[in-house]
Amino acid sequence: MGRGASIGVFSAAAALVLAPIVAGFAIGLAASLGFFPAIGADHLTFAPYHRLMAVPEFWGALGLSLQTGGVATAISLLLALIFVAQGGGESRILAPLLAIPHAAIALGLAFLIAPSGWIMRALAPLLGFERPPDLALVNDPAGFALILGLVIKETPFLVIAIASAMAQLPVTRTRQIGASLGYGTLRIWALLILPRLYPLIRLPMMVVLAYGLSVVDMALILGPNAPPTFAVLVTRLFIAPDLTLLLPAFAGAMVQIALIALACLSLWLCERGMMRLARAEARMGRRRGTRIPLSWITPLPRGIMGLGLLGIVGLLLWSITWRWVWPVVFPQSLSLRAWQSGDWGAPLHTSLEIAVISLTIATPLALLTLEAVDHLPNKLAKPILLPLIYTPLLMPQIGFLYGVNIAALKLGITAAVAPVIWAHILFVYPYILLMLLDPWRAMDRRVLQAAAALGAGPWRRFFAVKLPLMLRAIMVAIAVGFAVSIAQYLPTLFVGGGRVATITTEAVTLASGGDRRITGVYGSLQAALPLLVYLLAFLTPRYVWRNRRAMQARVT
Amino acid sequence: MSIEITDLSLSIGERRLFQPLSLSVARGEVATIMGPSGIGKSTLLAAIAGHLDPSVTATGHMTLEGQDLASLAPETRGVGMIFQDPCLFPHLSLGDNLAFGLRASADRTARRAGIEAALKTAGLAGLYEADPDTLSGGQKSRASLMRSLLAEPRALLMDEPFSALDMELRDEMRRFVFAHIRARNIPAILVTHDPADAEAANGPCCQLQRD
Repeated sequence: MGRGASIGVFSAAAALVLAPIVAGFAIGLAASLGFFPAIGADHLTFAPYHRLMAVPEFWGALGLSLQTGGVATAISLLLALIFVAQGGGESRILAPLLAIPHAAIALGLAFLIAPSGWIMRALAPLLGFERPPDLALVNDPAGFALILGLVIKETPFLVIAIASAMAQLPVTRTRQIGASLGYGTLRIWALLILPRLYPLIRLPMMVVLAYGLSVVDMALILGPNAPPTFAVLVTRLFIAPDLTLLLPAFAGAMVQIALIALACLSLWLCERGMMRLARAEARMGRRRGTRIPLSWITPLPRGIMGLGLLGIVGLLLWSITWRWVWPVVFPQSLSLRAWQSGDWGAPLHTSLEIAVISLTIATPLALLTLEAVDHLPNKLAKPILLPLIYTPLLMPQIGFLYGVNIAALKLGITAAVAPVIWAHILFVYPYILLMLLDPWRAMDRRVLQAAAALGAGPWRRFFAVKLPLMLRAIMVAIAVGFAVSIAQYLPTLFVGGGRVATITTEAVTLASGGDRRITGVYGSLQAALPLLVYLLAFLTPRYVWRNRRAMQARVT
Repeated sequence: MSIEITDLSLSIGERRLFQPLSLSVARGEVATIMGPSGIGKSTLLAAIAGHLDPSVTATGHMTLEGQDLASLAPETRGVGMIFQDPCLFPHLSLGDNLAFGLRASADRTARRAGIEAALKTAGLAGLYEADPDTLSGGQKSRASLMRSLLAEPRALLMDEPFSALDMELRDEMRRFVFAHIRARNIPAILVTHDPADAEAANGPCCQLQRD
């Protein structure tokens, strides 16, 4: 690949991924300031912001978002650290939890912890309940259920990030030196390992924080209603039939972006403060305080993540339930009737169509992006790759997606599914790139040099050497990309103009009030599809490389 | 005697790494352990310091100043370790690296003075705020030793501490290390491939044999 071709690839990636985000943001910013010709708004005004702040739930929703997003991020980090410190970085519990969409985890958790749910059913005989207790365990006003749901989904993500960062640090040696200088485990982690680890997971942490502060689907299912979280409030304004709420909704999108920018800034200041503290404490040479009994927290990460999987089992069970009276722990009679209704066929087809097409575009583009980076000076890799990966992941979806919808309409794209596919690519592409990045860098360069020495040109090296070596990583990345596409709620809702129904939009819609059996069907589908693709991704390289031992052992 | 090792053997599963080892090291003495690669020299040091991988089982006795080591947590054994890589903590300044080693005390001024003195002894005067990464190999090695000694260890274990240094530096570093061990009057064990190390250590020498 020549320099010209490399620049071509980057331009294509930027046009596909960054341009819609910038355009969506610009349209939103203009609209929030009173410029939205389609409804005759054409002069600078702060009225949309005033109108937004006059919404009675405005301040409550802001506070609630900060609370749920902040607490969930802090707990997830703690649990992930505990889990990795116990050697859980390779645990089998991680892959299914990463694969299953947020909405499915949320539905499962709601079934589990609701007053009429599994946990209460199990406790009822012990506590002497005759009917489901009258407690707000789901949609509780403080957002505990939402925090729990976020923690279940974000902990595995951080575990992977931390494990990959730890692989770059001399952890064993540091622990030996620390202990030989007389320090206990806790101090070694706090003073020697964390200060070096955290800078390596700073961006994933900000992704988790930004996500927690702006999540919509999970907050609709588990979060409080009055006030709701800020992102839910803004979503309500966007989909309200009252058109005068559209500009205040755009103002809300801008406030959401500012909220995340401020939260990330606070996180960074927090990091600097903690670093300073750690260095000051290291300087003091204090060895005491090492014997805090911490053994009780070690099962905590596994237990909380296990709740997520248990909830999915509950979903599946509900989907085949006919009769399940409270407080019995297992259904009295089963039936496939909920599945036989067949209403899920069309949304399933749409989900698959969107996922397959967005993967078909995003995967080759991600591989070409990495190949193009190989042909540029090393120091350019970061400034090119980081914005492509992290802009879509840090920018709140609510902040630009409605603008993307408007842009698509302006361009005359009226087909509903095509812009939705594009909107999915905005998130599928960066995740695929993120998953491929480490394995691509770890590829044995000597093999490539050997190929070049044998006369293989860049394209032949790409197709005949790099792609086969990367097969395992590519399969994993495809599985992750597939899961990301299946999970998208807001892009489907906003950019599809409400006309595109996927299993995820259906599941979220049905969650409030609907029949548990039907919700169970959609939730199970949501969980099963990505799991199936993960399984395929795991088996394919095993089959292809069944006669190649070195390729089997390759850990990516 | 200060370090007393009796009939120590280490095994991974059924496989014993080397023939049972017995060794006594007096205060101020540097014992040398030699043997072929992969026989378990580093594992032996890990066993004494308390960092043995769970897959390795140890039998036999190890005492330091008459105290059974196996009953102590690694951080309470008072056994310092020096590796081939100086392992300075890159997020701390050079002075703070030494401060991390220095035992806690209430008086900040005295701490600072103690570290400045240690820096001077190691030929690093005036480099308190230096980034460890900017130091030369010899400077890093001396700083690493100083950090270990400031923790007032009751014994020092060294795993090929000189092998990354070039020939001239190696000789200088040996003199520096051994002089400090004698001055502190603590027992030390040195693992090495270099017969010149054993000669310079001038203490008991032990050749690990395959089982």
